[in-house]
Amino acid sequence: MTDRTANPDHAEPRPDEPPVLALRGVRQVFDTPRGDVPAVAGVDLEVRRGQVLCLVGESGCGKTTTARMAAALAGPTSGSVLFRGRDVAEMDRKERAAFRHSVQYIHQDPYASLNPVRTVLSTVSAGLRRHGAVRGRREARRAVTELLERVDLTPAEDYLDKYPHQMSGGQRQRVAVARALAMNPEVIIADESTSMLDVSIRVSLLNTLGRLRDELGVGFLFITHDLAVAKYFAWRGEIAVMYLGRVVEHGPTPQVVNDPQHPYTRALVSAVCEPDPDLAGTRERVRLRSDDIPDLTALPPGCDFHPRCPSYVQGSCDTERPPLVRSHDRLLACHVLTRG
Amino acid sequence: MSPVNDLPAAPDAPDGALLSVRGVDVGYRTGRRSRVTAVHDVSFDLYPGQSMALVGESGCGKTTLGLALLRLLPRTGVVSGGEILFRRKDGTRVDVRTLEKERLRRFRWNEAAMVFQGAMNAFNPVLRIEDHFLDTFRAHERVGGRRPRGEILERSARLLETVRLDPARVLGSFPHELSGGMRQRSLIALALALEPQLLILDEPTTALDILTQRSIVERLTELREELGFAMVFITHDLGLAAELADRVGTMYAGRLIETGTTRDIFHRPRHPYTSALINSVPPVAGDLHVPESLPGGPPGLNALPPGCSFAPRCAHAADACTVTRPELEVLEPRDAGLSHAAACLRSTDTELHAEGVFRD
Ligand SMILES: Nc1ncnc2c1ncn2[C@@H]1O[C@H](COP(=O)(O)OP(=O)(O)OP(=O)(O)O)[C@@H](O)[C@H]1O
Ligand SMILES: Nc1ncnc2c1ncn2[C@@H]1O[C@H](COP(=O)(O)OP(=O)(O)OP(=O)(O)O)[C@@H](O)[C@H]1O
Ligand code: SF4
Ligand SMILES: [Mg+2]
Ligand SMILES: [Mg+2]
Repeated sequence: MTDRTANPDHAEPRPDEPPVLALRGVRQVFDTPRGDVPAVAGVDLEVRRGQVLCLVGESGCGKTTTARMAAALAGPTSGSVLFRGRDVAEMDRKERAAFRHSVQYIHQDPYASLNPVRTVLSTVSAGLRRHGAVRGRREARRAVTELLERVDLTPAEDYLDKYPHQMSGGQRQRVAVARALAMNPEVIIADESTSMLDVSIRVSLLNTLGRLRDELGVGFLFITHDLAVAKYFAWRGEIAVMYLGRVVEHGPTPQVVNDPQHPYTRALVSAVCEPDPDLAGTRERVRLRSDDIPDLTALPPGCDFHPRCPSYVQGSCDTERPPLVRSHDRLLACHVLTRG
Repeated sequence: MSPVNDLPAAPDAPDGALLSVRGVDVGYRTGRRSRVTAVHDVSFDLYPGQSMALVGESGCGKTTLGLALLRLLPRTGVVSGGEILFRRKDGTRVDVRTLEKERLRRFRWNEAAMVFQGAMNAFNPVLRIEDHFLDTFRAHERVGGRRPRGEILERSARLLETVRLDPARVLGSFPHELSGGMRQRSLIALALALEPQLLILDEPTTALDILTQRSIVERLTELREELGFAMVFITHDLGLAAELADRVGTMYAGRLIETGTTRDIFHRPRHPYTSALINSVPPVAGDLHVPESLPGGPPGLNALPPGCSFAPRCAHAADACTVTRPELEVLEPRDAGLSHAAACLRSTDTELHAEGVFRD
């Protein structure tokens, strides 16, 4: 493996440092028989060295679509993705290959993303072999063993020769993570990569990823629906909350989680399940006006959230879409909050 | 009508129980002569209308057990011991292990249905969602009772609405046109299609955000009251277990090591693994809290330690723990499968309680 030695000084992000990966006004419109589906409708995000940007939001709000554009697996309909300032769309083959190496995408679904006819050894070592980082079977086994141990798949020998169908969901998920780690990436885009793990292994895996972040300066675009995970992993980073293809609140993690402002974020935070059966019934929850998520092909006028929003004000919320603007310590898209 | 292998169940299933699992072992063939045992000697009774959460370490055998209950294991998997007794809608009891093919087919969906882990791609990619519903309903129609397409689609639409999906949007879509969470909800709707008495949900909300999760949880609770089905749901989300379950079973290395009411498990866990699991949940409220994670990893299935499987990682292991295998022992007897039981040699040890390992 190409060894990038741990150097804590190295990982300190400098404020003036340009982002490693940047999304500039990216849009993704799917052309379907039902009409155009604007899955991502103009999103600006930045991933910096050694920093975590967490993407949270309702099912279907466009997180995976955003992540796929960030990983250059899908070209945006408009807008651009910049890697170290360079537009991914303009890269030549060589640059593209380097990008693929440096930016690792971990697919949301480990049941679909692992090749069923390849063993764990073959899956995890494929990238290493391709880049000549390991030669021969023995070396590959050694490198993969070490990677499996890092994701708590121990004893590693039990897993090397297994096929995906011989593994549990959480085991597959960790194989997908190990495959990404093998490439020593600069940026990891992880789509719900700890969702199938028990809490103990989840914490341990987050600690492993946290070391990459702190010691090697790996930047993360981290998608999760679990606010506890977002809070733990992105505590010194940022959270962006998406709703129907747009970012509605974006700011430093402690502020967003402990003091959510946007009515949608407030609803999310108040809906968290407590691991305590007595507390469960007592927590006060934000009641939405409706549970129905509007269809992307027939978005309401004004604020996308207004049909469900408890703070909705007639006249402004249902006529004009609130822009994402800076408000104190964060960005918000809400008429009521930003106009006072 | 009554083939020989469709035997009435053995008498040891309690009368009211919907499902009685007795000493079930499940193994996988891994080579010509090698095999592993993924589930060891699991027993429990589930009563109508109950909702039981199954929690435990990744790889401890939860999915395997769930699949075994409906005989949905892959070809290399076998239930090598025990009984799975089920009381059907008509009141007769059967051992699922001995059901012959046609009866097994009818048993699934009609009596019990499962939503698989990784269900996001359980759909056939070339069929629209509506075709999956049509196929499911048609496959279970009585001969001669073919329902018109419109009627089935109408019913499917209602089912999709129960999981907060817009039928007009979803029915005509191909699976890849839906997000992960939308697919997962469509499958829950499909599993409810034939009004089963038992629903097994394997990680039903892994792909769902909290609001959708919560509305599904609330819907499932309502539906359970309305339709009276029982539920076994496998989850890593302890918050979800606390809210959706009446009772919880913890598994470790293929064994059920603690079972009790939701309160027992969350307020008075008596197995150190259960306590450790609960303590490693990072809280959402307040400042950053660094959760504890258990040291070490679970034992390899081929190399289970003698004695308690958890002993190598247990902070409270005594000498006896490395020699004697603890059995699931009832600490607080209750009816309807709700006893609190733990498989730990020190589960009643006052010293541990004094140390505050088990929060009382
Ligand atoms: N290939 C496609 N064709 C048409 N529509 C699509 C396609 N892929 C995604 N969509 C739609 O785009 C929207 C966003 O999907 P996406 O997968 O990005 O959501 P997500 O935020 O990742 O959701 P989840 O949390 O459920 O995974 C959804 O409404 C989905 O139905
Ligand atoms: N087809 C198979 N052949 C051999 N071993 C298998 C097979 N399927 C699963 N296993 C092993 O059996 C054990 C139990 O797997 P199972 O899928 O039941 O775990 P689980 O508790 O559902 O885990 P998770 O929470 O990660 O989904 C695991 O160690 C797994 O590696
Ligand atoms: S703009 Fe209006 S409708 Fe939208 S979130 Fe703010 S208060 Fe609610
Ligand atoms: Mg997604
Ligand atoms: Mg599983």
